[in-house]
Amino acid sequence: MKFWHQVISITWKDTFSEIRTREVISSVLVFTLLVIVIFNFAFGANQETLRLVAPGILWVTFTFTGVLSLNRAFIPEKEQGCLEGLMACPISREAIYVGKMLASLLFMLIIEAIALPVFAFLFNLPILTLPMVTITILATIGFVAVGTLFSALAINTRAREMVLPILFLPVMVPVIISAVNASKMALSGKPWSELASWIQIIGVFDIIFLVVSCLIFTYAIEE
Amino acid sequence: MDNGDTGSTFQDQVIEIQGLTKAFGHHLALRGLDLKIRQGEKVAILGPNGAGKTTLIKVLATIINITSGKVLITGLNPKDNAEEIRRQIGVITHQTFLYGNLTANENLEFYGRMYDIPQRKKRINEVADMVRMTPRLYDRVNTLSRGMQQRIAIARALLHKPTILLLDEPETGLDPQATSILWEILNVEREDKRTIFLTTHSLERGLEIGNRLLILNQGKFAYEESGQTLSLADLKQIYQHYSGIEV
Amino acid sequence: MKRTILLWISLALMVTALYLIFVIAPIERTMGIVQKIFYLMVPMGWLALLSFLVVFIGSILYLKKRSLRWDILSYSSAEVGVIFTTLALVTGSIWAKPAWGVWWTWEPRLTATLVLWLIYLTYFMVRSFATEESRGATFAAIVGIIGFIDIPIIVLATTLWRGLHPGALIFQGGLDPTMLLTLIISLLTFSTLYALILMQRISLKNNEVEIKRMKELSQPFN
Repeated sequence: MKFWHQVISITWKDTFSEIRTREVISSVLVFTLLVIVIFNFAFGANQETLRLVAPGILWVTFTFTGVLSLNRAFIPEKEQGCLEGLMACPISREAIYVGKMLASLLFMLIIEAIALPVFAFLFNLPILTLPMVTITILATIGFVAVGTLFSALAINTRAREMVLPILFLPVMVPVIISAVNASKMALSGKPWSELASWIQIIGVFDIIFLVVSCLIFTYAIEE
Repeated sequence: MDNGDTGSTFQDQVIEIQGLTKAFGHHLALRGLDLKIRQGEKVAILGPNGAGKTTLIKVLATIINITSGKVLITGLNPKDNAEEIRRQIGVITHQTFLYGNLTANENLEFYGRMYDIPQRKKRINEVADMVRMTPRLYDRVNTLSRGMQQRIAIARALLHKPTILLLDEPETGLDPQATSILWEILNVEREDKRTIFLTTHSLERGLEIGNRLLILNQGKFAYEESGQTLSLADLKQIYQHYSGIEV
Repeated sequence: MKRTILLWISLALMVTALYLIFVIAPIERTMGIVQKIFYLMVPMGWLALLSFLVVFIGSILYLKKRSLRWDILSYSSAEVGVIFTTLALVTGSIWAKPAWGVWWTWEPRLTATLVLWLIYLTYFMVRSFATEESRGATFAAIVGIIGFIDIPIIVLATTLWRGLHPGALIFQGGLDPTMLLTLIISLLTFSTLYALILMQRISLKNNEVEIKRMKELSQPFN
């Protein structure tokens, strides 16, 4: 029980800090919207083409968003040695992982909650459906599960901002493939049964990598 | 070098190190250190840059794992009982462990929760008063001067009333006022049963605070002495001899 | 001693395999002689996976035991593995041209192999990003573990995503027994070759580490 108290404290500390400065959310949000618009210029001539490329655009956008926000996850911990301060506290390394992971999850979900309606508006597509929301939530969990681990690893390296995307993207391939395909079907109004296998892949990925990343996390931050 | 007390029980030894070695890849930062510290002792570790002082502190703070040897803190092994050990340890380094865009109070609240402190609010006010930061308690940390930040860092370290204080060159980058407050607090701490383990560049402070002095050089203890018998001039000479550095 | 025996065994196997591939195995109906690259392609893919399995095991052991030899095992296996993965991609591409008319196609197993190749790449890159070697080894181990666990999911996703694979085409009619034999011998040959190269690489790496250690010790204290 104490574990969860500590986790929530960490998550809340991150959230609260972000509410106060609003620096990350505003920049990432603006970036997300810009990317959507630029993709529209890159691809969108007619509604037909848009319908085809929309799922791809959506998920490439969210992938970029993920990289940007995850990159920032551990930066406040690096200043003034806060991460080491946390490591000297009577909490488990796993609690640090879960706390940061939930904070990143919350953060990304908020951005997606704003980006999806914008997307629906600009592309004139039925984004705000239960299948789409489910896919988005599940895929985002996958992103933060692995991303939190690699983000912690990245702050201990030299080329910090580059490390996360390089490590992260190949591993996320199955989630991106599944999210795009499931989205494609969802946007065409296909029934749940057809989306099922894709969603299952994302679900399995989430569970496996939440557990594995949590267990390995201690090695990413300890020397 | 045991100072008399052969009848000291295991409980007395609050920190015990045997053959402690820490390697970063091929570089040996600590080479087979041996040290026994009893409850209430004030130990000052002197040494040049790169001697391994910070590494030693980090090992004792359970932030870093050791390569080989044995470490016992309050009789517990960091590998098995890390959380229990951390409850007893307060750490102060030249990094403040504070979140810049949160207020001092919010920082203390956060760490208060991490250490699961009873009567959090009351205790926060207590430590803020101890470091004389009560008027600035609700200001954001990044609006405070370095000296004030360090004072909050000290408050943070004392929140959970640790029995062991680890200090890694805490006076780095402090203005004179903050430095004197720091040492004042440590001198107060000196009076009670708390164990202090301090690394510092300042020979004067080392003599002042420590009743036991060690010189660490290139990962090994080069010299040890009970501080009461030493004068500053003597210490300077000894230090220069062992570390090759003019003071 | 072990290595010499292994050398002779793999030599013998290689000769047998080549003989089987070029002389004994029948020429496939639709594709002609080019189909024979199949006997190289499948073992390469198999080795790419086997190498990464060894990387995975070595990574876990390194994190648990912190002994350099496990890192050396992982690193060496990764080096061999990335080479075989590259060859798998190349042979796959050579297969693709006459089979489907294009140099590259996003069919499942080729795609999955490409992603595996990228993961291998990140395994090496993360080492160079670390501030010091031992940290680099730890980070690489993390990548090794995460990467390997990801592989089945990658294969699942890419398979669900597309349809074709020559395996499907060939195994449709059942594999001719001679072809099957050739394939198995080829697999064995390459596995032995893998073991041989791995051992060679490990001993080389051990020497490198030893030299480095001697350099460190002989240097005056700085």
